[in-house]
Amino acid sequence: MKITSNAFRANSRGALQDRNLQDALGNLKRGFQEKRRKAKARLPEFEELQDHAVAIKEHSLDHLDFYLERFEKEVTARGGKVHWCRDGAEARATILKLCKDVNAKRVVKAKSMIAEEIAINDYLEANGIEPCETDLGEYIIQLRHEPPSHIIGPAIHLKREQVADTFREQHSEFPDARKLDAARDLVDEARHIMRPRFLSADVGISGANLLVAETGSVVLLSNEGNIDLSRALPKTHIVVASIEKIVPTLSDANVILRLLSRSATGQEAAAYMSFLTGPRGADETDGPEAFHVLLLDNGRSDLLKGEFERILHCIRCGACLNHCPVYGVTGGHAYGAVYTGPMGAVLTPLLEGLEHAAPLPEASTFCGRCEEVCPMRIPLVGLLRNLRVRLLKKKPDGLATRRRLGVWLFFATRPSLYHGVARLLLRLAAPFGRGGALSVGPRAGGWGRRFPVQGGPTFQEMWRQREKAKRP
Amino acid sequence: MAPPRISVGLFVTCLVDLARPKVGLAAVRLLEAAGCDVVVPRAQTCCGQPAHNAGDRNGAAQLARQTIAAFEDVDYVVVPSGSCAAMLRRHYPEILAADASWSRRAKAFGGKVFELTAFLADVRDLADLPERPGPKGPRRIAYHDSCAGLRELGIRNAPRRLLEKIPDLGVAEIAEGEVCCGFGGAFCVKFPEISERLAADKCRAAEKAGATELAGGDLGCLLHLAGKLRAEGSNLRVRHVAEILAGLDDGPAIGEPVTGEPVTGEPDAGEKARG
Repeated sequence: MKITSNAFRANSRGALQDRNLQDALGNLKRGFQEKRRKAKARLPEFEELQDHAVAIKEHSLDHLDFYLERFEKEVTARGGKVHWCRDGAEARATILKLCKDVNAKRVVKAKSMIAEEIAINDYLEANGIEPCETDLGEYIIQLRHEPPSHIIGPAIHLKREQVADTFREQHSEFPDARKLDAARDLVDEARHIMRPRFLSADVGISGANLLVAETGSVVLLSNEGNIDLSRALPKTHIVVASIEKIVPTLSDANVILRLLSRSATGQEAAAYMSFLTGPRGADETDGPEAFHVLLLDNGRSDLLKGEFERILHCIRCGACLNHCPVYGVTGGHAYGAVYTGPMGAVLTPLLEGLEHAAPLPEASTFCGRCEEVCPMRIPLVGLLRNLRVRLLKKKPDGLATRRRLGVWLFFATRPSLYHGVARLLLRLAAPFGRGGALSVGPRAGGWGRRFPVQGGPTFQEMWRQREKAKRP
Repeated sequence: MAPPRISVGLFVTCLVDLARPKVGLAAVRLLEAAGCDVVVPRAQTCCGQPAHNAGDRNGAAQLARQTIAAFEDVDYVVVPSGSCAAMLRRHYPEILAADASWSRRAKAFGGKVFELTAFLADVRDLADLPERPGPKGPRRIAYHDSCAGLRELGIRNAPRRLLEKIPDLGVAEIAEGEVCCGFGGAFCVKFPEISERLAADKCRAAEKAGATELAGGDLGCLLHLAGKLRAEGSNLRVRHVAEILAGLDDGPAIGEPVTGEPVTGEPDAGEKARG
């Protein structure tokens, strides 16, 4: 998608005024938060699993080349093929070529953030291939030509009535008078549309929650069963995965999976857990004839061994989004990027360039709730702060801030001068502050010209007087 | 035999110094009641969070060194703010980690820094609050847990335990109390609409808690919420928890118009200007 993160301020203002969005966000926050809390409480070893998972990720990233090559070897040994893609353009070209090789007209897609990152749908469409989303949320936003607003709930910004309206508008083959009030009605209608597409698709595309080096397996979670259909029915299956999804063994994968569903939806495990291991074997009754895995870098290897490596530990559970006060009132679209919320505010500037996402590292109160709920213990606040260090050095954005900080530091690092100036300023301010508030800034914090400062003596001044009075 | 007295350096915080000096007076009163000899080093200004959170590592390090040096001679450093205390206790050692000699000093310093209520309740195990000149009678106070205090220092029970020592005082819990109030330092200036919305949500939740007063341990959040409440014309009165614990809670609450004499005996510039 085209990044519009630099419009975050304007986007967020619009989001705050959007009644439907605000209603939808209210439900989402409470639901996800409560479910996660309960799921964590039911698993006494949750924190031990976290330590274990972090160690697995550290190890995997330390030996990324080794495990990715092992993964390729295992996929190849089982008759599949691995394609190494440096960036989105290479990934798109590879997918298109694979589709053209089998004369594909229609592709069914399972939900994948990497597919969003490389914007594969638009590309396939422009090249005469019909991409059909099969995850209900993805399908809805595809109909509405919107990007996903949440990692695990792409259409979570919408209310049921809005979805019903979209279906009435776009599904002209159904009678106008049909009932679409309940979620069940919507699911049934979408299923009606999707079934023939699954059966007629030439290629299935999915993402990957994890890649397992020892077996060459691709691990996928879903609650709708669409992933298995996209794998089992078309003759060709293509997995698009970023390189940091790799773990050494199946038991390593299991550690992360136990954290993932609980952190994401509060489930012990997702309804469907699929392990895609190569094409259909001679003794198997279903599965694709051709099995391809694209391993996408797209800037990630630049983050290895650096101050931002920890963001590569992210397992895309969405817990940081669900608990972020900012995301909770702006929703995902305001971020103007594929990845949103706290993890997106870190990852988007790193993948797309800080100049294309300058407001995102600042769009945090640093309340720290994101890191508290992150199953991988990613220090999101620290990473955002590191991005602010970069932002401050950048012209012209950082220049005004640098100047303001410079003036303030000049006084703050000279205590005597500082206390003298503070005393003077407050004396001057006192006549204006007797109403209980000083005028600062036009609109800060919603209190605008009512910053509650009275003026008068500083504490340091009072303290000096008290000390003086004590002396004989 | 009286327990041994200890020396405590009060890190006032720049907001208390400038915006609500009464919190400093209250902190001193409480610390003295807890058997501490209080000093207020003049070589302190701000903890450096504005620099640190704006990405100015150098500026933050300068202020960290200045603060550490100013408090070298005391047994403890006590701060009437969770976020500034977390800055001194947890972030100074990180900021100065690369500097061999200062790193050691920062770690030793960090170990003796405490947020005020945590210090009174956990370190000093304060049995009796100082005598209360302030209001008596039943009251219900909604307590706002500031994010840094709550998550970086784990402060939740200490202020409640202390408040409950006041006869007839009940602490009301704010629903979804762990959610940020939207202050966030420079955040409230850079993203005023988001900040305002979060403040409004917090104010509604505080009002629903069925209290007439709102207390907290961080002046940043309290100024922010008081500003929002006043802009809305709400009756909820906002005070720093130290003011209430010290019994210095009879004057105007945060953001209320000043009536009568200023806090010190000396007539302030406002009186003179008007006269």
